[in-house]
Amino acid sequence: MFLTINNLNKSFINKGSSELVLSNINLDVREGEFVSILGPSGCGKSTLLSIVAGLTSASEGNIELSGTPIKGPGKERGMVFQQAALFPWLTVLENVMFPLLPVMSKKEAAEKAKHYLQMVQLGSYTNHSPHEISGGMQQRVAIARALAMDPALLLMDEPFGALDEQTRSRLHEILENIFIETKKTILFVTHSIAESLKLSDRIVVMGTQPGTILDIIELDFPRPRSQSKEELLSYEEKIQALLKSEIDKVTEKEQKHAASR
Amino acid sequence: MQPAVKRIIFYVLLFALWEGAVYVFEVSPALLPAPSDVFVSLYEGFSNRTLIYDLGASFRRLFLGLAIALLLGVLLGVLLAKSKTADETLGSLILALQSVPSIVWLPLAIMWFGLNETAVIFIVVLGATIVMTINIRTGIINVPPLFIKAAKTMNYRGLRLFTKVTMPASIPYAVTGLRLAWAFAWRALMAGELLSAGPGLGYSLRFASDFGDMARVIAIMILIMLIGIIVDLLFFQRVERKVLRKWGLATD
Repeated sequence: MFLTINNLNKSFINKGSSELVLSNINLDVREGEFVSILGPSGCGKSTLLSIVAGLTSASEGNIELSGTPIKGPGKERGMVFQQAALFPWLTVLENVMFPLLPVMSKKEAAEKAKHYLQMVQLGSYTNHSPHEISGGMQQRVAIARALAMDPALLLMDEPFGALDEQTRSRLHEILENIFIETKKTILFVTHSIAESLKLSDRIVVMGTQPGTILDIIELDFPRPRSQSKEELLSYEEKIQALLKSEIDKVTEKEQKHAASR
Repeated sequence: MQPAVKRIIFYVLLFALWEGAVYVFEVSPALLPAPSDVFVSLYEGFSNRTLIYDLGASFRRLFLGLAIALLLGVLLGVLLAKSKTADETLGSLILALQSVPSIVWLPLAIMWFGLNETAVIFIVVLGATIVMTINIRTGIINVPPLFIKAAKTMNYRGLRLFTKVTMPASIPYAVTGLRLAWAFAWRALMAGELLSAGPGLGYSLRFASDFGDMARVIAIMILIMLIGIIVDLLFFQRVERKVLRKWGLATD
């Protein structure tokens, strides 16, 4: 197995008491697979991704990538955040070169960075500053930057969550093409059912309080996905039913909290 | 009407009123000289080079003091941002010293260094170091955590993470610190020169005052003001605005 997550637990210390955020997470991801992690806010899906990235440590359990335990960030795992997190003091090209500079010459890095900028269709924006381009373009630069390291695993934490509908659906196409072209393994966190249906090979549906895996749904449809809209609809209903009780749980807790004040 | 036009009209009226009032009320030049006398004195100062000489002497001290202050300020700021213990101990002292105008150190500085240039430079360094330290510290502490996280996933850590991400990310604060350090240094320098040894603008101002040459006093005051405005408005504020916009921190 490419990525294995075994009996993972994560708790945070909150006001002196320990709070369980992720409980008994088991997940195997095959190489070249697009896996979405879907769940309501507060289910710990971003924490899970952050643990895979090596930015947060797990409380219990272990994660292995190609047989090696994950103990911190590494260049075999690229990450795209909800905000583009581009460095404003660098140009678009320099931002994409950033992860490459420690390991290769400036010239090589520039060549490689240009290649990935062309892949996200931003080849003509190399000399712009991040603040001169739109949010959707910034996110594409961030994707190019993550790809530039040529990571085995691409981690994406609600990368299109802050974008408008039109931009998002354009970026879905770009991402799907990149996935087909580069055959990267992608772990994609989202709270949008439609988004996960459009992009994934498998959807990991998570429940909340504490975060657990409710179900894993296989989607065996040909790519690109835009053709199989009808069939996907039945899956949407299934996931919605799964998540309904979770959202009720959150609402109930909020009301209880309000009543106790 | 253009703001610049309004401003010109305002200053012409101000000087006309001042000139008129001095003639109408026959004010003694020992109390308030007419603006025309002030401009004549300013012109004379430049044509016989005494003011140029003073400017040179003042600027030399200013740049020397400012350079030392910036170096110290950056080092101390990094120390306070990186070490919690240093911040809790030395940091509290630096914050406390901030409320003391640096000129009050002059009596001590004169005892330590003598009635000379070194004492004045000491006052300049003190005034500018503290404000630079505070800004560098704030800048480093306020680096967006997302930048650090992103850089870590790109295999940056340790010293390289600091020089390639933390330092450039805190540049907006460093620029503000530089602007304030200049302003503090300029004020400290004038105060120091006024109370200590020459040559220099502050010293010449006191010298003119001792001889009752109020036209020269006001001429030097105008010169001090002009230099302050030119450096601050035309240089620092422009750089600051540019940096803030590029770093995505501008409010407009």
